[in-house]
Amino acid sequence: MILDSKTPDGPIAEKWTRHKFGMKLVNPANKRKYDVIVVGTGLAGASAAASLAELGYNVKAFCFQDSPRRAHSIAAQGGINAAKNYQNDGDSVFRLFYDTVKGGDYRSREANVYRLAEVSTNIIDQCVAQGVPFAREYGGLLDNRSFGGAQVSRTFYAKGQTGQQLLLGAYSALSRQVNTGKVKLYPRTEMLDVVIVDGKARGIVARNLITGVIDSHSAHAVLLCTGGYGNVFYLSTNAMGSNATAAWRAHKKGALFANPCYTQIHPTCIPVSGEHQSKLTLMSESLRNDGRVWVPKSKEQAEKIRTGEIKAGSIAEEDRDYYLENRYPAFGNLVPRDVASRNAKDVCDDGRGVGPTGLAVYLDFADAIQRDGRDTIEAKYGNLFDIYEKITGENPYNVPMKIYPAVHYTMGGLWVDYNLMTTVPGLYALGEANFSDHGANRLGASALMQGLADGYFVIPYAIGDYLATMPYDKVSTDHEAFREARDKVDNDIKKLLNINGSKPVDHFHKKLGKVMWDYCGMARNADGLKKAKKLVQEIRDEFWSDLKLTGGYDELNMSLEKASRLVDFLELGELMIDDASLRDESCGGHFRSEHQTDEGEAKRDDEHFAFVAAWEYKGEGKPEVMYKEDLVFENVKLTQRSYK
Amino acid sequence: MKLTLKIWRQKSAGTQGKFIKYEIDNISEDTSFLEMLDQLNVELEEKGEEPVHFDHDCREGICGTCSLYINGHPHGPHQTTTCQLHMRSFKDGDTITIEPWRAKAFPIIKDLVVDRSAFDRIIQSGGYISVNTGGTPDANEIPIPKDVASEAMDAASCIGCGACVAACKNASAMLFVSAKVAHLGKLPQGEVERHARVQRMVAQMDEEGFGACTNTGACAAECPKEISLTNIALMNRHYFNASFSH
Ligand SMILES: Cc1cc2nc3c(=O)[nH]c(=O)nc-3n(C[C@H](O)[C@H](O)[C@H](O)COP(=O)(O)OP(=O)(O)OC[C@H]3O[C@@H](n4cnc5c(N)ncnc54)[C@H](O)[C@@H]3O)c2cc1C
Ligand code: SF4
Ligand code: FES
Repeated sequence: MILDSKTPDGPIAEKWTRHKFGMKLVNPANKRKYDVIVVGTGLAGASAAASLAELGYNVKAFCFQDSPRRAHSIAAQGGINAAKNYQNDGDSVFRLFYDTVKGGDYRSREANVYRLAEVSTNIIDQCVAQGVPFAREYGGLLDNRSFGGAQVSRTFYAKGQTGQQLLLGAYSALSRQVNTGKVKLYPRTEMLDVVIVDGKARGIVARNLITGVIDSHSAHAVLLCTGGYGNVFYLSTNAMGSNATAAWRAHKKGALFANPCYTQIHPTCIPVSGEHQSKLTLMSESLRNDGRVWVPKSKEQAEKIRTGEIKAGSIAEEDRDYYLENRYPAFGNLVPRDVASRNAKDVCDDGRGVGPTGLAVYLDFADAIQRDGRDTIEAKYGNLFDIYEKITGENPYNVPMKIYPAVHYTMGGLWVDYNLMTTVPGLYALGEANFSDHGANRLGASALMQGLADGYFVIPYAIGDYLATMPYDKVSTDHEAFREARDKVDNDIKKLLNINGSKPVDHFHKKLGKVMWDYCGMARNADGLKKAKKLVQEIRDEFWSDLKLTGGYDELNMSLEKASRLVDFLELGELMIDDASLRDESCGGHFRSEHQTDEGEAKRDDEHFAFVAAWEYKGEGKPEVMYKEDLVFENVKLTQRSYK
Repeated sequence: MKLTLKIWRQKSAGTQGKFIKYEIDNISEDTSFLEMLDQLNVELEEKGEEPVHFDHDCREGICGTCSLYINGHPHGPHQTTTCQLHMRSFKDGDTITIEPWRAKAFPIIKDLVVDRSAFDRIIQSGGYISVNTGGTPDANEIPIPKDVASEAMDAASCIGCGACVAACKNASAMLFVSAKVAHLGKLPQGEVERHARVQRMVAQMDEEGFGACTNTGACAAECPKEISLTNIALMNRHYFNASFSH
């Protein structure tokens, strides 16, 4: 298979404009003859569904939550980037493009990233028009903050609830289209397969989570906006329900999966407190604007802190190691996420971690409070400090926060071309579900930007180009392909219910998560990965022989939902390991300990690995086959990333 | 710690529910309330019993999915979401009663899970600004005073959890609806449609079977996002004016 990215010709700044002009259009009166399925109602899905309905397409929108407003995008805290240059500090479309390609450690497709930077400014206009209450300055204009990996202030925010406000904006646009009748909503409904007819995506099979009924939906195109797969690790900052099922099942139907091993570990999360832990809570990276990261210089003092003999406050200034500021004077506490995370791991591995488990570092606001006053800090971070206190019982105004890295985002995802189409014609992937814009590491505040760029400003054009070539005829859900897909889904569910083993789902998920975290997490190496592959296979075998499910088929059965998602995580986990083994270099969030610079930084091998690894499913038990999309850099010079 | 739980169990919408008593041990203070229920569920499943169904997703207090009525209070003893409640708020030996939201407009689906789609339909009736994608003016074209923007933000913080309805003896949805009316109505972008918006949303609210507001303030006292009663006053003003402008 040759992967054609369909990147348009011409200078980078003109590609999108030219491409838009070159694309076929569907006449306004004919749009109502096409049906589009949008799976997912997060930023990507809600914005796409609303925009397509406004254009006149008939849209069906699906989510597994009880309301589209509860998609996981709601939890994003920090902000959204846009190259508005309102601060007059030297920002531009080109700089946002450049920062994103560099931040991604030169493993993303230039043309996509440029387009993202280009439409970023429209996103802010759109959101403000919808009533998104972004933070403002006294003069009434929009305020900005800076975020990791950038030296300009280009991040727009709404308190510490940016994702919530952006999603509520998109949800309101979606709701308006539900009201006009152009969108039909299917909440508490989980897509379990894509249906392909004559080589094209023509619908989905989904389970009504309340009744258990398995239904088919036919359409002319299917959009997967189903988010990321960070929950493969069991513990992550993702919502409990976030899962890989839609993307993975599409993969098994022919959509290539790109760079599965690229995982982002976020540096500022609340550390794990015990076995009972079900998820990890992110403390927005924006905290690194004012908080200073440190650990004690000596292991002895760290040990005393861990046992509770002394407190952070009793460590003298000269005995503290502000390791990010010391190692990276130019970026200091604002180095990109992968760098910050790895450094936290290093100091903890060195025996200088704090907290009862030793797996934590301090994020200290004492200096900022002294400098700016408590009120200023409260205005900026009040709600984050509250969350922290609720969870840990400690007050960050008085004692430094404790943080540790946690799985947060997956850069890998379904391979898509410039039009966001997967390798299955008519099947698109938007938002975190695709692999396209962040390379091997995503910069803060750019996932929200990408989700909305894809949904509001890219897919409305791209889909027309495809649909214009499609006949209006609908495929009946009695078609054999639909019947087969329904039967398969039905069988799979019955199979799970009939294992009759002895252990509940979480037992297996926790085990998988631990293997993935230990061997395919912040640092990886060939031996560990080999071991992990075997372990994952063992867990999978154990799962299929010893899972215990209660409850029935035709009712709300949340354990069954979890089990069905875990089936896919268990398969995807293995592919992540294969991908991590194949990529015998370090880049961004993928850190192979065999490949580091003398200073412990990720060492890329551009000669051999400047490509996207896209995997093809070959059938049960068969190894997947990898295809390369070579990455060509014409506008950004590949350099060793340096944040010194 | 060791606890006694009295939990509402109901197989499905059409069946009768009842309280069932469970004993649970070895709960650490740092455990969240939902993790405590996770632990109970693991024990139930190991015994071959069906786990207690409850809604949850983000476990960060922002998605609005979690919705338990604990010891007579929506989301429990503190003004926070159920998922942000930790066991350090309880004592060893406590008995905890856990029920679903109870309101005609929120029918029970199973155990502690209710159907809150009425809220979505209220938003669909008018809880938006009518703009299409594209063709919007530059974001800085209309300056908005900082205090206005932040008041709108406060109202927009509503997570749509429904605790206000569960707290109200009339099961009124006024706090939820007024939060949206205030959020959009305060902004210049949303002002244009404010009259039509409030009328449509109120009509839908009534149609869904929510009760009338008798100003007891129970909603705001339990709202995890501290949505203020002043929003209800503002909404009443909009509604009053809208009736006259027609
Ligand atoms: C705690 C946290 C904070 C973050 N903060 C920021 C930030 O400050 N800035 C930033 O840019 N990014 C941030 N991110 C990342 C960002 O929030 C996500 O990458 C982004 O919101 C993903 O949006 P999405 O639309 O692709 O998917 P999601 O919002 O995850 O939506 C997925 C949708 O798909 C549906 N779905 C999934 N599978 C199925 C199925 N099988 N059937 C039916 N429906 C399905 C779900 O119901 C949901 O509606 C943060 C992430 C986390 C975890
Ligand atoms: S007003 Fe408060 S209690 Fe009511 S839905 Fe909104 S956040 Fe929940
Ligand atoms: S689970 Fe999201 S608010 Fe509680």
